[in-house]
Amino acid sequence: MDWMTLSPEEWTAVRLSLRVATVATLVALPFGVGVAYLLARGRFWGVSVLNGLVLLPLILPPVVTGYILLILFGRRGPIGAFLADHLGIVFSFRWTGAALACGIMGFPLLVRAIRLSLEAVDSRLEEAAGTLGASRTWVFATVTLPLIAPGILAGMILCFAKAMGEFGATITFVSNIPGETQTLPSAIYTFTQVPGGDAGAFRLTLVSVAIAMLALLASEVMARYANRRLDIE
Amino acid sequence: MTLAIDIRHTLGDFRLDAQFETGGGLTALLGRSGSGKSTIVNVIAGLIRPSHAHLAIDGTVLVDTATGIFVPRHRRRVGYVFQEGRLFPHLSVRQNLLYGRWFAPRDGRREDFGSVVELLGIAALLDRRPGRLSGGEKQRVAIGRALLADPRVLLMDEPLASLDEARKAEILPYIERLRDHARVPIVYVSHSIAEVARLATSVVLLADGRVAAAGPLADIMHRLDLIPLTDRGEAGAVIEAVVERHEPAFDLTELRSRGGLWRLPALRAPVGTRLRLRVRARDVMLATSPPSNVSALNVFTGVVSDIAADGGPVVDIKLDCSGEVLIARLTRFSFDKLGLARGHTAHALVKSVALDRRELGGTVRMLPSADAEASES
Repeated sequence: MDWMTLSPEEWTAVRLSLRVATVATLVALPFGVGVAYLLARGRFWGVSVLNGLVLLPLILPPVVTGYILLILFGRRGPIGAFLADHLGIVFSFRWTGAALACGIMGFPLLVRAIRLSLEAVDSRLEEAAGTLGASRTWVFATVTLPLIAPGILAGMILCFAKAMGEFGATITFVSNIPGETQTLPSAIYTFTQVPGGDAGAFRLTLVSVAIAMLALLASEVMARYANRRLDIE
Repeated sequence: MTLAIDIRHTLGDFRLDAQFETGGGLTALLGRSGSGKSTIVNVIAGLIRPSHAHLAIDGTVLVDTATGIFVPRHRRRVGYVFQEGRLFPHLSVRQNLLYGRWFAPRDGRREDFGSVVELLGIAALLDRRPGRLSGGEKQRVAIGRALLADPRVLLMDEPLASLDEARKAEILPYIERLRDHARVPIVYVSHSIAEVARLATSVVLLADGRVAAAGPLADIMHRLDLIPLTDRGEAGAVIEAVVERHEPAFDLTELRSRGGLWRLPALRAPVGTRLRLRVRARDVMLATSPPSNVSALNVFTGVVSDIAADGGPVVDIKLDCSGEVLIARLTRFSFDKLGLARGHTAHALVKSVALDRRELGGTVRMLPSADAEASES
């Protein structure tokens, strides 16, 4: 069973991927809820522009998204330079850059799931909460948010899965540096490019499948729990 | 409590232009669908921003478009019971009931959790989720939830409209108890004369976005000119009566009103209970000579005080029976044959079995204070 054991480098890639996907999902979450709320409830002229911007990474070739990130968030890019100088956050050729690329790629899926569940919320319940003395913020926290929790969970799982599998944008933006930016897909790609890498590629493929299955299972369990809480037969 | 309202609001083709004031008790906004009743309560609750309005509760201005005052809904302390309940599906019944309490001012609370739960009979439901309650249970919880937010006024927008007759009959006594026990004034929207006749202290009658009439219940119900604005088939007199005697041999109950003695199929109410009878105009017969050998048990003699004939097949006649009003609806044919005119004496006959026992108001008077309050009024 020796061939089943992951080498230290492979473990590094797995751990890095999990970290990148987790950070990408968690950081994207508040923005995702905010943008989904604007898209579902906003009544301003820029709604369709915003919608287009959010969906763009889903439609553009990932390489293009990665290149745009490189231009904007690279060391000399306008945003990248500002963040590095003022906040000390550096993206280029760091795992944080991989997380940014993964977050951007997963964002449309996250927003879409939350937006759909927001649109399904009965706004009359929010009105009722208002007449009971809850301000807009409280209505959101105590009525809207609990009602869209299943949608948020679904969106997070989609975003996480997308982040785990992200390849094109990540490799374009932050390259493929073992231990820093080499995520699972990049590692598998590297294995396929060298002679005798089949076994490693196969092991990492099994790991990918296992993680994907676990994520799906978790989402199923959580959806069932949420539905039971709402007494939906 | 006084609620003073003056609204001018346009919504597409519909124009609302309504001014009225209400006091305590239960004020019914009565009118057909599209008469503007719901718009008015939505303005009071702050769910609609009217184009021109002045709204004040006990002198506190909630809306004044002239000076730009618009208190947001969550600061109005106006309770709202919606037609469809609108309970929060993710919270238990107890959490639903306590929701508004969170935001209400801590001191000077008028309603206490235990007594509201008892008043509405929902103690057994507290740990359940709203998804599995019956329609009637949902509405009772919704009423409790609104009440526990300690509102200055309680709005109820057709709270029985989505329920079947049995569920309605189940809830009506609770609303009566609420009217008599809770210190909060109620504004009750309805298109049903039966509901209004049973529940209301005073009535604001709306037609096409305007106030057609406003005043104490009997004054509005007994005006023949207002009948066409409501549900014609249901129009009739409202009579306050007291249970005087039970007659077990014939399964009858005798009630005393100002106009005389009523006999009804046996009621379970104890002697001394105050009841509100609704006598539909279509259930009343008239005779010009004292009737003999008739089966109707309730015969009252009075003077014709008003006649409403619009040239159609029926004529409405108001009869004054020593201070008690009865309204009779006859065909124009019978009316001509009897030759009735104002000032004539006539005898009204009401079949005992025509009085719907399910519609009798006031059968539920659980706490002793209620009877004291009722006898005062």
